[in-house]
Formats: sequence, structure tokens, C-alpha cells
Amino acid sequence: MFEGVPLTWFLITGTIMFFIGIYGFLVRKNLITILMSTELILNSVNINFVAFNKILYPDHLEGMFFTIFIIAVAAAEASVAIAIIINIYRRLVNIDVEKMNEMKY
Amino acid sequence: MIDFSYTALILLIPLVIFVLSGLFGNRFKPLVSGIIGTAGLFVIWVLSLVTAYQYFFLTEKAADGTFQELLAVNIRWLTFSDKLHIDMGVLLDPISIMMLLVVTTVSFMVHIYSIGYMHGEKGFMRFFSFLSLFSFSMLGLVVATNIFQMYIFWELVGVSSYLLIGFYYTRDSAVAASKKAFIVTRFADLGFLVGILILSYTTGTFDFITLTGDESPAFTSGQGIWFMGLSTMTWSMIFVFIGGAGKSAMFPLHIWLPDAMEGPTPVSALIHAATMVVAGVYLVARLFPIYTTTAPVALDVVMYVGAFSSVFAAIIACTQYDIKRVLAYSTMSQIGMMMFALGVSGDGGHEGLGFMASMFHLFTHAFFKSLLFLAAGAIIHAVHTNVMNEMGGLRKYLPITHATFLIACLSISGIPPLSGFFSKDEILAAGYEKSLLLYWVEMIVSGLTAFYMFRLYYSIFWGKATQYHHTPHEAPKTMTVTLIILAVITLLAGFIPFSHFVSSDRIPFAAHLDLSIALPAVLVGLTGFFVATLFYRKETTIPGQIFNFLGGFSRAAYHKFYIDEFYLFVTKKIIFNYISRPIAWFDRHIVDGAMNGLSYVTNEASFRIRRFQSGQLQQYALVFVSGAIFLTLFFLYLWTH
Amino acid sequence: MSFLTLFIIIPALTVIGILLCKKHMQVKWTAVVGMGLQLILAIGLIFLFLAERRSGNMDEILFIQDNVWYQTLNIHFFIGVDGVSVAMIGLTALVVFAGIFASWDIADLPREFFTSLILLASGVFGFFISLDLFTMFLFYELAVIPMYLLIGIWGSGPRHYSAMKLTLMLMGGSALILLGILGLYFNSAPDGGPLTFDLIQISKIQIPVDAQLFFFPLLFVGFGVLGALFPFHTWSPDGHASAPTAVSMLHAGVLMKLGGYGCYRVAVFLLPEAAHQLGWIFLILATIGVIYGALGAVWQKDLKYINAYSSVSHCALVLFAILIFNETAMNGAIMQMISHGIMTALFFALIGMIYGRTHTRYINEMGGLMKVMPFLAVAYVIAGLASLGLPGFSGFVAEMTIFVGAFQKIGTFYRVATIIAASSIVVTAVYILRVVGILLLGKITNPEYETITDAKWYDKISVVALIFGITLIGLAPLWLSDMITGGLGPIMQKLLAVAPILN
Repeated sequence: MFEGVPLTWFLITGTIMFFIGIYGFLVRKNLITILMSTELILNSVNINFVAFNKILYPDHLEGMFFTIFIIAVAAAEASVAIAIIINIYRRLVNIDVEKMNEMKY
Repeated sequence: MIDFSYTALILLIPLVIFVLSGLFGNRFKPLVSGIIGTAGLFVIWVLSLVTAYQYFFLTEKAADGTFQELLAVNIRWLTFSDKLHIDMGVLLDPISIMMLLVVTTVSFMVHIYSIGYMHGEKGFMRFFSFLSLFSFSMLGLVVATNIFQMYIFWELVGVSSYLLIGFYYTRDSAVAASKKAFIVTRFADLGFLVGILILSYTTGTFDFITLTGDESPAFTSGQGIWFMGLSTMTWSMIFVFIGGAGKSAMFPLHIWLPDAMEGPTPVSALIHAATMVVAGVYLVARLFPIYTTTAPVALDVVMYVGAFSSVFAAIIACTQYDIKRVLAYSTMSQIGMMMFALGVSGDGGHEGLGFMASMFHLFTHAFFKSLLFLAAGAIIHAVHTNVMNEMGGLRKYLPITHATFLIACLSISGIPPLSGFFSKDEILAAGYEKSLLLYWVEMIVSGLTAFYMFRLYYSIFWGKATQYHHTPHEAPKTMTVTLIILAVITLLAGFIPFSHFVSSDRIPFAAHLDLSIALPAVLVGLTGFFVATLFYRKETTIPGQIFNFLGGFSRAAYHKFYIDEFYLFVTKKIIFNYISRPIAWFDRHIVDGAMNGLSYVTNEASFRIRRFQSGQLQQYALVFVSGAIFLTLFFLYLWTH
Repeated sequence: MSFLTLFIIIPALTVIGILLCKKHMQVKWTAVVGMGLQLILAIGLIFLFLAERRSGNMDEILFIQDNVWYQTLNIHFFIGVDGVSVAMIGLTALVVFAGIFASWDIADLPREFFTSLILLASGVFGFFISLDLFTMFLFYELAVIPMYLLIGIWGSGPRHYSAMKLTLMLMGGSALILLGILGLYFNSAPDGGPLTFDLIQISKIQIPVDAQLFFFPLLFVGFGVLGALFPFHTWSPDGHASAPTAVSMLHAGVLMKLGGYGCYRVAVFLLPEAAHQLGWIFLILATIGVIYGALGAVWQKDLKYINAYSSVSHCALVLFAILIFNETAMNGAIMQMISHGIMTALFFALIGMIYGRTHTRYINEMGGLMKVMPFLAVAYVIAGLASLGLPGFSGFVAEMTIFVGAFQKIGTFYRVATIIAASSIVVTAVYILRVVGILLLGKITNPEYETITDAKWYDKISVVALIFGITLIGLAPLWLSDMITGGLGPIMQKLLAVAPILN
């Protein structure tokens, strides 16, 4: 299916996704968006895993396993994170991350 | 050989009485503690009489007729180093025994007297326990075997004097006077201490017998020039003399003595007339061989200070109105004469006449001056005032006091055949041989003495008959008895052949009355007496006119030449304000400020740093990511190169 | 096992006992029993020690016990005593015992208070018996840290400030000490072989002079901070003023002695060459401290400040005497530590008792107290007289030993320093008599004071115990001075090896 697509392309896609995720994580104020940015970062990693696995070591399956593992963990993490966000929203009626500075000096 | 170790009891008895009455005194009735104290004093008085008898008459003298120095007791108390150690003991030699007699007799008399005088006072018990403490300390000083023991008891007499001057502790003037006495003498004691340090360092010993013996290391070491052209030994003797001058109220350290009269009168009689104040004379006499042999300059200092103090105090005494202060200045003047006599003396035989005269005068003065004070006490007891203007015509009311006071006045004025005549005559004779000028100075002092004593006498007992609130009455028996005993001693003491017992080299010699000296002295004394009679027997305006005629001088004398003011200025203004206060400020603001500044800097730095902890999650993430990227790039760089 | 371990075990058991107690009274009596035992043990130690010496046992250190407790760094639990430490232990036991009674009135959190107090005491005891530098340092810290709690919780006035200041300054000092100890450790085996913290072993070897010159100031200043070395003394007035009575007593009476003892036992003993070369700098500081503390006290109005400055002066005299480097003065230094320890504890106890009755410490607000509280007033006068060096009390013995010793030292510099230091006795008389005059004598200035009561039985126990201490030493000093001199042999040998004409 991917025959002929060089590894670099995958990596470039992954890197772009990763930095979009980072950018979103650092810049967006909405907690949900930040959560989505984390998902982006995770998925960029997934792409890298799969690509490396398929192209460099086609006989092995570790990269696939890792990807599935990450997807599972990400799902769990997303549900926990959304639960936290809902709780914060209930308490503060707000999900702006800049308002959440209780832990400062 | 007689065993003198029982003399230790002379020290132990008053100490035990002091400790017991200090600890358990509250359980006794007041009178009981007084009687215990007096009984104790009686015992040690008898003991010292026995000691004196055994020493002078039963103990063998050395081959050349010298009285020996006996170490009756000597116990190691504290070791400093191999050579230097403090011992506690009893040293018997003619002057220590003479002092033993003086101290125990006067102290015994004062004890008896105080039972009557202090009757009904609140701190009766406290008074007697302090008296015991004083007796203990003074006796310890007198019999000290080494200079450090003397210093220890020196401090102790200082503190017992402090306690007794401040006996009426609710009276502010008494508190101030006691404090002044202690601090001034303490200052002088610092000089004494420095003197001891120099002396012990140069000679390697504290021991009196070694220090004053023929082979004394003080005669050989420390002779080199040390400072300001004087030898080490001279300086050490000058410092020691500063200590003596402080205790003996020599100019300019005399300011505490008149104020010390705030204490109860028996205390003034015992401490500030007869015993403690002559400790300085005794100290110089103790170290006399060192003074004459290797420190003649220091001895000259003693002579000039003594002569100056005697005339200085005599002038002030003529202008004072408080009878106890007149007596205090008179004490200072008489002690100045004793110092003067020591200062003019040489060592050995007739050369040492001044030494003998000084000790003789110390001896007789102790009795007639304590008699004067005790009589003054009886007068104050009767009329409840110290000021002579408020008295007059008391001879009718107080016959015994009057008679004894008169005897003492005649004695101190040097009228024969009373004791003061003999001792003062010796002093003048010794002075005549040394310096004609100072001889005449002392002659004037002699005349002034007669003048102010009879001024005092007439103002109290003669003159206008003052109206008193209630008729003055003679003092109780316990008081008059002591007056009479002391008067008898005053009458007879002059006939003791003193030079057969006490001399600078402890070899008896014969001292004769020299008419060419005695006659002018008596004449001068009589002049003083007549002038006083003329001025004060009846109330006249002559003294006032003379006072005004002398103007500034007499006002200055009345204000004690403003020495007190000077000291106050130095201590209160300069030391307090310009030394102590800036130091307190410096400590709070500079030294402590530096420490606080350090903590302030630390605080401020951490305050700045904590701003990084903003609580913004994304900021943290940014820092984290940039850090990670930076490190990655850095390691990549390292890896590629 | 040496019975010296008991000096740590008893306080530990007492602390456990106190923690198990429920009522106030039980807490206090447990503390009394524990510290009473400790006092008896200390007196027993003195007698045992003297008996051993009399029987001819001239070992440098007696009652040794040596266990390894951390093999890797060669740290030992090495304890033992010589004449000096026996004397210091006696002092500590007496002051702690009196301190328990002086804090009888403590109302809030008595259990915690006595726990910290005894913890502190056990640190001090441990410090004096240990001969392993690391163990010593451990106990030192154990003594310093409870101080923060004691002042911060039970103190008065600006207590948080004072507690913080005191702890920080002392911690600064201990940082220097730690550096110094590590320096000794890494130089403890110049010829190869295992490194050691063992004080006695280090004293037998020659540490390179360069290292000595570097580490001596660290150690001396480090301990000097606790010994109130000018200009590192400012924690003392504030700390003492805010501390509760018993803590002031312990602190001035015992803890400050840790400083002097450390300077003597660690800094000078182990680094004699550097001490000889650099001693003069600290001697100047100490001389300034002596006169400066005394003059500083003259102006103060708060009783505790007066006493704190007086402590600065007296403790500086200890350092002064140590730095003279001869046997007499060194002996005087140890005696001065003991004398000042008891004396100042007595002072602080009395100040606490007076404050408990009048609720002020400002001397101008009080007056004529002699009438209403004769016992305390007389005790205060006695303490004052002892402090100004009156014969018959311990202060005189110590001061005179120092001055005579110091004056034997050749050199105009030392002579002048001695005379300056000696002149402090006059200044001392001034501020002591000033306080006595204003505070105790005269008329009662405040009518409210007419009704206040004199000392209670527990106050009396505390005061009498301490007065007994100062008079005992003051009247019969010979045994103490001989005991201390016996312990000075090794240090004098080392110092004499450096400069043969010290004496």
C-alpha cells in the first residue's frame, strides 16, 4: 500500500504534526484544545512508530504493538483528562488555562 | 616555739557567724544575732590579745633582735602555675599583730555600741551579719600571707563596705553612695591588680615573706627601664599604690569617702575611720622594703599624694557643716599624714622613723577617730540631725558624750599627753628630716586639724542653745560604755613605747621626743584651738566674714573643689553618652545591621527568583520544551564534532 | 561498654517517658527524675574521675568506648572524658537540672517543651563526651536545632525573628564547622591509610600547615559564632531576650560553652601551627569583645539584654584566654566557661522569675524589689557580685587565673590586651551595680508591686542549686583547677612543640 513512499515523508508528516501539537499545547487557552493538541503529539509519535516498523523492520511487530498500546493509553488518558476538565468547569465555570494559577508562588 | 595555728580561729569565727546568721538569721530574735556577733568578736579580741602577748613577749627573737615573721597557717588555695599559687593563711609579724589588735578592738567596741545604736532598726540581724563579714574580711586582709590573699580580702572588705554603706537601701542617697564607693575603689583595685600582675610576673612569687626578705627577687629583677623612664618594679609599686590610694581615699580617688557617711554611724566608725580606710597605708607598709630598696620614685609618689591629700582634706573639712563629713575629711587628712610619713621614711633603725610614726599614728588614730564617730553617733542619736548648725549647747544634755568627744578632739589636735600628740610628733619629726617644705605643710595641716575639730566641738556642745523638739538625752549604756573605753585607750595609748614593737626592719629601737619638734607642733595645735575658740565658742560673725573674704577659694572648698562634679561629668556625660551609647548603637545598627543586611539580601534574591513560579502551565511547558530542544541541539552538536 | 553512654541513654529514656505522660505534673516530675539522675550521674562521674586520677591512672582519656557505626566513612561512636570534659559535664547537668525547675510554670504544651529541652540537653552531653569529630558534630546539631522550636514557640517578644536569626547564624557557624571537620578528615592520613574522624588520632599526626591555615579560621569562626565571638555575637542579645527562661539558661549557660569548648578542643588542639600564626587576629577580636560587651551592657535597659551583653563580654574572655596559649590561661578559660555557665544561668533564672512577677523586663519600670521579694533580690545581688568577680564566687577564680596566666605571656601586645581585658572588671561593676541599684534598692516605684510574692519552692531549688555551684567553686577551687590542668597536658604539648617559649 505504501510501496514507494520514502520513510522521510512519514517522518516529515510526523514532525509537522508533533510541532503543531506542541504549538497548540503552548498557545491555546482552552483546556479541550490543549487536550486535542496532546492527542496530536501522541499520534505523530504513532505515525513514526508505524513507519519505522514497516519500512526498517518489516518482520517485526513491536512498533505496531506500541502504537496500539499508545492509542489505548491515550483513550484512557483522554477520558481522565475530560473528567478533570468537567470537574474544573463545574467548579470555576471556565476552562481557560490561564485562570488556573492556584499553584503559583 | 609557740604554736600559733589557733590564730586561724580569728578568721574562722566571724566567717562562721556570718554564714550562720546569713542563712538562719531570720529564725533568731534580732537581739540574739547581735549578741552572738558580739560574743564572737569578744572571743577573737581575746585571741588577738593572747597572740600579741605571746608574739611580743614569749616568742624568741632572731639573733640580731629582729621580730620574726611567722607563718601560723598556710593552706594552698589555688594553683596558677608551678611558681605562682594563692595560699590562704595567717602571717604574724609586728604590723599584722598591731592591726589585729586595732581591728578586733574597734570592731568589738562597734559591736557593743551597735546593739544600742541599731536597737529597733529593721535590719538589725542583717547589720550584724554584715559586720561579721566585714570583720572576717578585714582580719583576712591584715594577716594575709601573700599579696593575692590580700587582694582577695581587699575585694571582700570593699563589698562589705558596699553592703554596709547601702544598709538603708530604701534611701536613694545611700544607694548612690554605696555604688560610688564600690565603683571608685574597684577602679583603684584594677590598678592594684595590674600592680600584682607586674610584680608577680617579674618576681615569680606572691609571697610576702619572699618579696620583702633580704634575698627578695624584687630587689634584683625588674630593675631595667620599662616605660617613661621608670623601672618595671617602680611601675608595679605605683600601680599597687593606686589600689591603696583608692581604699584609703587619697586624692584624687577620695570622692567616695564623704558620701560613704550615708551608712549607719557605727559603720563609719569601724570601716571608714579605723580599719578599712587604713588598708592602703597597711599595704604600702607591707611592701615597704620594696618601696625603699628599688622603687624610691614610687615612695615619693606616696609622699606627695599623702601630703597633698592631707592639706586638701583639711581645708575642705573647715568648710563643711555635716558633722560626719567633717570627720570624714579629717580621716582623709589624717590618712594622708600616715602616707606622708611612710613616704618620707627610710629603711632600718632611726632612718625608719617615718614608718614607725605612720604605724603609730594609724594605731592611735583608729581609736580616737572611732571614738569621734561613735560620739557623733550618740549625738545624732540624740538630736536626729547631722548638721551642726542645728545643734548647740549639747554639753548639758550629753555629759559623757561631751567629755569623751573633748578627749578625742584634744588627741587629734596633738595636745599632750594624749595619744595623738605622740604619734603626730613622730610624723613631724620624720618629715623634718626629709623635707622642710613638706614639714611645714604638715604643720599647717596640724593647725587646721585643731581648728576644724574645735569648730565642730564648739558648734555641737557650746554656742547658742538650740530649741529641740524633745529634750536630747544621753545614749544608752551600751553606747556610753564603749565611748568611755575608747576614751581611756585614747588617753593612754600614747605611752606605749611603740618603736620597741614596730619598726621598718622589725628591730626594736628607741624613739625620743624631740622638744624642738614637739614644741612648735603643740603651739600650732594650740593656735588652731584658740582661733576656733575665738570664732565659735560664742556665736560670732568672724567666720562668715573670713569665708566671704576668701571668696572664690572658700566657695570652692565648700564645694569640695568640684572634684565630684568633674567625675560626674566624666562618667555621666563622657563615658555614658560618648562611649557606651555609641557602642550600643553601633552594635544594633552596624554589627547587627550587617547580619540583618545579609538576610535581607538573601530574602530579596529569593523573592526575585520565585517569580518564575508563575502558575501558568503553558509557561512551564514552554520552558520545558525549549530546554529539551536546546539540550538536543547541544548534544547533537557535541556528537557531530 | 562505658557508663558514659548513660549520659545519652538517660535523656533519651526521659524523653520517651515524657511522651508517654498524660498530665502536666507527670511530665514535670519525669523531667525532674531524669535530670536529677543525670545530675547524680555527673557528680558520680566527677568523683570517679578524681578517684581514677588519684589511683594513678594518667591516661589521656578515661572511660573510653569505641563502636563503629558507619564503616564506609570510618565514623565511630567514640566517647571518653578528660578533666576538661568532666568539668563541662558537671556544669551541664547542674544547669539543666536548675533549668527544669525554673520552667516549672510553663503553661502551654509542657510535654513538647520538656521534650525539646531534654533533647537539647542530650545533644550537649553527647557533644562533651564524644571524641569522634563526626559524632561530635551530630550532637552539636542536635543541641542547636531544638533551640529554634523552643524560642519560636515558647518565646516572647519578637520571637520568630529572634529564633530565625539565632538559628540561621548558628547554622552558618555549623556550616563552617562541617567544612572544617571535613578538612580535618581528608587530611587525617597524610601517609596513606584509612581516613578518620577520631579526634585523638588526628591530634597525634601532623596536618600540613597549608591545610591548617585554611581550616583553622573556618573552625574557629564556626565555633566562635556560638561562643559569641565579636562581631558574630548579635544573635545572642535578641535570642536571649526572646527565649523562655530555661532556654536562656541553657543557651547562655551551656550552649555557648559548646563554642568555647569547640575552639579549644577542635580548632586549637588539632591545628596548633595555624592557631599560633593566626591567633593574634582572633585575640584582637576577643579583646574587643570583652570590653565591648561590657560597655554595651552599661547602656541597656532590658534586663535580658544587659545579661546577654555581659555574656558576650564573659564569653569573649574565654576565647581570649584560649588564645593566650599557656597552661594557666587555658585553665582559666575552662574555669571561666564553668563559672560563667552557672552564673549566667542563675541570672537568667532570676530574670525569668522577676519577669514572671512584674511582667516587665525594663529596669526603669521597676524599683525597690528588695522589699517585696527578698529571696530573689538577695539571689540577684549574689549573682551580680559573682558576675563582677568577687572573691568567694567562681568568677573571681576564673578571671584571676586568666589574667595571671595572660600576663605571664611575653610580649607587649599580650600585656596590653590583658590590661584592656582586665579593665572590664570595672565596667562590669558599673553595670551590675546600676541594675542592682535601680531594680532592687530604693523605694517601690509601682504600687502594684506591693502585692507580689517571693520565690516559690521550685524557684528556690533552682536558685539554691546554682548558688551552691558558684560558691563551691569560689571557695574551694583547687580540686577543679587541678582536674582541669590534668586535662590540658596534650594540648599544651602540641602548642609547646609549635613555639617553645610560650610560657
